[in-house]
Amino acid sequence: MRLRIDDGTVTGAELRIYEPPRFFEAFLRGRRHTEPPDITSRVCGICPVAYQTSACHAIEDVCGVTVDERPAALRRLLYCGEWIESHTLHIYLLHAPDFLGRDSAIDLSRTHRADVERGLRLKQAGNSIMEFLGGRSIHPVNVRVGGFHHAPARADFRPLAERLRRARDDALETVAWVAGFDFPDAECEADLLALSVPGTYAIETGVPTVLPYGAGQARRTFPLADFTTHVVEEQVPYSTALQARLDGRRHLTGALARYAVSGHLLPPAVRDAARAAGLADPASGEVCRNPFRSVVVRAVEVLYAVEEALRLIDAYERPSRPAVDVPPRAGTGHGASEAPRGTLYHRYVLDAEGLVTDARLIPPTSQNQGAIEEDLRRIVQDRLRRGDATDAELTRLCERAIRNHDPCISCSAHFLDLTVERA
Amino acid sequence: MTAPARPRPRLGVFKFASCDGCQLTLLDCEDELLPLADRIEIAHFAEASGDIRPGPYDLALVEGSVSTPEHLERVRRVRAESRHLVTIGACATAGGVQALRNFADVTEFRAVVYAKPEYIETLATSTPISAHVPVDFELRGCPIDRGQLIEVVTAFLAGRRPDIPDHSVCFACKRRGTTCLPVAHGTPCLGPVTHAGCGALCPAYGRGCYGCFGPSGSPNMPAMIPLLRSDGMSDEDILRFLHTFNVDDFAAIEPPGTLGGREESP
Repeated sequence: MRLRIDDGTVTGAELRIYEPPRFFEAFLRGRRHTEPPDITSRVCGICPVAYQTSACHAIEDVCGVTVDERPAALRRLLYCGEWIESHTLHIYLLHAPDFLGRDSAIDLSRTHRADVERGLRLKQAGNSIMEFLGGRSIHPVNVRVGGFHHAPARADFRPLAERLRRARDDALETVAWVAGFDFPDAECEADLLALSVPGTYAIETGVPTVLPYGAGQARRTFPLADFTTHVVEEQVPYSTALQARLDGRRHLTGALARYAVSGHLLPPAVRDAARAAGLADPASGEVCRNPFRSVVVRAVEVLYAVEEALRLIDAYERPSRPAVDVPPRAGTGHGASEAPRGTLYHRYVLDAEGLVTDARLIPPTSQNQGAIEEDLRRIVQDRLRRGDATDAELTRLCERAIRNHDPCISCSAHFLDLTVERA
Repeated sequence: MTAPARPRPRLGVFKFASCDGCQLTLLDCEDELLPLADRIEIAHFAEASGDIRPGPYDLALVEGSVSTPEHLERVRRVRAESRHLVTIGACATAGGVQALRNFADVTEFRAVVYAKPEYIETLATSTPISAHVPVDFELRGCPIDRGQLIEVVTAFLAGRRPDIPDHSVCFACKRRGTTCLPVAHGTPCLGPVTHAGCGALCPAYGRGCYGCFGPSGSPNMPAMIPLLRSDGMSDEDILRFLHTFNVDDFAAIEPPGTLGGREESP
């Protein structure tokens, strides 16, 4: 990470993500249309279900197939598991130590043992959905294009439902716990992008919806098929991660964006918990733009995912078939879903045999990078206004600012190598 | 007078080219994590802690493959600082899914993904840790299994070899009581030649094993390939089936000439 400070003014903030290139888009070419869900899950061990879901949607879109209602509900249930697991990892193991002045959750457990244990229990509840429905929590094996390989019997869900009912208390306590953290003032000056679905909080599908930054700008949507004409990735010389812009502007996806776009659709009990935790009620048109408070929104989303998982299990009937056939055909297809870190878009071009001839993946990390850099610039600027700061202090501040959005790059943020050029 | 407390063994977790899933497996040991942290010093685990302490380490868990010029230097440093070095997962043990580049033209790959390929520093290959430094133990899987990880860490801390048998998925499948998919349904399955460790997950969910743990101890490939053909796979399908998450390890044991086109990209 490189900061340039000219006479007390931050004139440059460049985040260099040095994840080594792995070339997924290149080697997906020539693979059969049934393969991208398993292969692209390996892009990220923290959100494999997001990759599997976006890939399935895109390929089903090419092939003109609609998944039956019941397997589609199972997809949403599996995704709830990933949200619970991944968000809880983010909240307890990566983010809370920042607020409480600790280096790690292990360190935190010396002073806050019961809290960390609650976090681990809650994370385990998310993992148990993924293990039951997907076989395992990292790179689940049960997902396939068209649905699932195997659909469980209704009675088999009983132990899982029991565990989730206990997890509901942990989720409620988590919302209250993070609400008590100390939140610096900050505002993310970026357009917000999330998927939306009429009547429900979007998770596994939806239409791209933009809430622009600035007064008088109206909410807008665009068709998923136009995603790459609106969200354009650019390469910057200092990073292996591409950077995307939305219609030429900085944008942010993820918890803050989802809550702003769909928060009014949360069930009343979840909205009450959010209000009690100090979040503005999106039903009144207020938008929370403080990146530090994203930890509260994430906790609210965990509570919602637990409630939603219980609702889906309660309504579950075993489908007559776990998957529909997906015969290949030539064409282009688009798929997107709400990964814990934000909107994840996939596009595939297939030939008539069902071989992939072109693949395009746009992860939230590349979309959020511009907004994160702007956050970093502004947060450092605010700090400098209060007087000189050491490089060590700035490093700590920048790591926190990055972890507000993205634990996927927090492993690089944890040994953030900060270069400050002062002129 | 009590003897001074013995220093706790020091653990380091290191990442190369990977998806983070195998180190996440350590954080997924929810019931064991805090008790483990009481017994060992987590000295270096960048994904989980900002408190990064210098070596030496008693045990290094290494995730990911060697795929950039910087990795070449760093893998030697990690080895030099570690008493025991254990690789975790298919990337560190076999080069991972990104080793598909080893069978293709990486310059072309770079041009497909990046508009300005000249900014991207990469090696033409993705190789396992053992191709560069001596490795004390290789734990397989894409991702690794939580139970096996606990066994490996416990074994090294106790100064014994981990008890990780190298038999095939078929053994685990029989033990689990799952009906054999190729026999009963003619479903293509790599179970007979794949290393056990996952608990024979895929067949239990009604799909054939797709080989994410890599080859087992003594795989009979000359028998496996005709079996896959009789289950309806073309040679191209078989190549793709084998050439995914452990491409380098499976490619190394293919009977010469059987599948044709070894030099083709999979």
